[in-house]
Amino acid sequence: MTTLLDPTSERTTGERPISARSANLADGTVGLLDISKPRGDVFIRRLDELLTEMGVAVRHYRKPTFSKPAPLDLRRQIAAECGAVIEALAD
Amino acid sequence: MSLPIADGLLVVVKDDCETCHLVVPVLAELAGREDGVAVVSQDRAGFPEGLDAIHDRELDISWRLGTETTPTVYRMEEGAVADEQAGWYRTGWERVTGVTGLGAGLPEQRPGCGSDTMLPDTYQRLLRRHSPYPMSSQRVELAAAEDPVEAAFARGWTDGLPVVPPTEERVARMLEGTDLPPGQVLCTLPPDLAECSVEKVAINAVMAGCRPEYLPVVLAAVEAAAGRGFNIHGVSATTYFSGPVLIVNGPVRSRIGMNSGVNVLGQGNRANLTIGRALNLVVRNVGGARPGGVDQATFGSPSKLSFCFPEDEEGSPWESLAVQRGFGPEESTVTLFAAHGPIEVVDQKSRTPESLARTLALQLRMVAHPKLAGMSEAVVVVSPEHARLFREAGWTKARLREEIHSLLTLPASEMVAGAGGTAEGMPPWLADQRQELTKFSPEGLWFVHAGGGAGGFSAIISGWVGGRAGSEMTTVAIDC
Repeated sequence: MTTLLDPTSERTTGERPISARSANLADGTVGLLDISKPRGDVFIRRLDELLTEMGVAVRHYRKPTFSKPAPLDLRRQIAAECGAVIEALAD
Repeated sequence: MSLPIADGLLVVVKDDCETCHLVVPVLAELAGREDGVAVVSQDRAGFPEGLDAIHDRELDISWRLGTETTPTVYRMEEGAVADEQAGWYRTGWERVTGVTGLGAGLPEQRPGCGSDTMLPDTYQRLLRRHSPYPMSSQRVELAAAEDPVEAAFARGWTDGLPVVPPTEERVARMLEGTDLPPGQVLCTLPPDLAECSVEKVAINAVMAGCRPEYLPVVLAAVEAAAGRGFNIHGVSATTYFSGPVLIVNGPVRSRIGMNSGVNVLGQGNRANLTIGRALNLVVRNVGGARPGGVDQATFGSPSKLSFCFPEDEEGSPWESLAVQRGFGPEESTVTLFAAHGPIEVVDQKSRTPESLARTLALQLRMVAHPKLAGMSEAVVVVSPEHARLFREAGWTKARLREEIHSLLTLPASEMVAGAGGTAEGMPPWLADQRQELTKFSPEGLWFVHAGGGAGGFSAIISGWVGGRAGSEMTTVAIDC
């Protein structure tokens, strides 16, 4: 019988339920997170227009660079100031 | 560990060794003396007859003595080997035993045979058994009919090519390549932020096909990849092409037999290929970056499999990359660059450095897009034929870099989105602020020397987003 040594980190994947969805966007501020990719601002601006027309309050945020995870402080700020966040991933 | 052997004379023999049979009369002669002799037989109890030989069935005694040849005579003092002689060599045996006139009638010398401890499988078994450090990774027991190579595929451990099955024996042998204990945590590796131990690196190095002497290079590369500046999370996750490109400098290159010459970026050299592969396997298996998961590359590139080469420092007209990056020429280093390629540069006609620099600049403008500037970095691998032009003209690396920066300082109006009929390009407002844009940042262009002696070519290795906004080129010393 052959015995091999496990090359992985031997972690099991943790599962967390997603947060409860907002029933009504108008209940809280919606964060618009630009990840700093080209043309992400176009998408964000259009969302701003549509949400504002719907009477939803929006706040804008921007990652310093798309190449790294959002800084912890930024994530906490968004969580504290918004009920929902929309992230523009596309370029 | 002390030997279960008293001080005095000791001889290790085996039945399956002609020279051992030859020295039996000598052993009898020594046994008849007041001090006597302890005889240890590797392969058969009772050999040689009548000498009360100890049967070293598990070869533990031979292993602890470090026996490489049978017969070997040892003089033990205070539990340690004070002197030894391998094979039959009368003068040597007389020196070790202090007895003159040994083996009258025997020839002056006869070479011995290989010790059973040196048989490949046996060596690895003994190495594991006597390792002072236990390995702690989970043991994966395979069914009798399971092919270990297929088992590695089935468990998702491979990069798409077969791997060498990481048995305990192979990993123990790999760990001989470092003085670090297997349990030592090297770093926390993104994207899973998993602790990465020396043992995990050794397991993946086995799978990649590395030899133990490559391990220090792989360990240094893992350390570099895990550094905050290199941003292996971003490099792994991006839709872009890049993976880790490894450039090795210093004495380690020749010590482990790397190839910096003909076909330097191609196939054929075990060290070049397996070191790069080992790093990527660690990133996959320990860091957790797998294609389709965190890794969302549109195309990817072979640097995600293996892209590792040494610089040809000896033939270079310039200081090495490592020296440029602040290390001494006697230090061994590995530099990680988030990149892909190569892009070919053909110039077989230039006979002046000015002309060749223009060729390089023309091709370098293509990195990422001819109308994008200040984003990607590049390493130019300059071939011996091209390097000769710069050497003969006395051009330093700094001079070449300045020349190319100058050639690639371009009118901003040509670089902005929309210019030339294509929407890709730099933001239009830049043209209102600046007359010119420079393709590469001041620290974004590097030159190394490598490649075969024939061919008027160079190779551009083009990078991902460079610097703090993306991945910073990272150089670390190799502990070897």
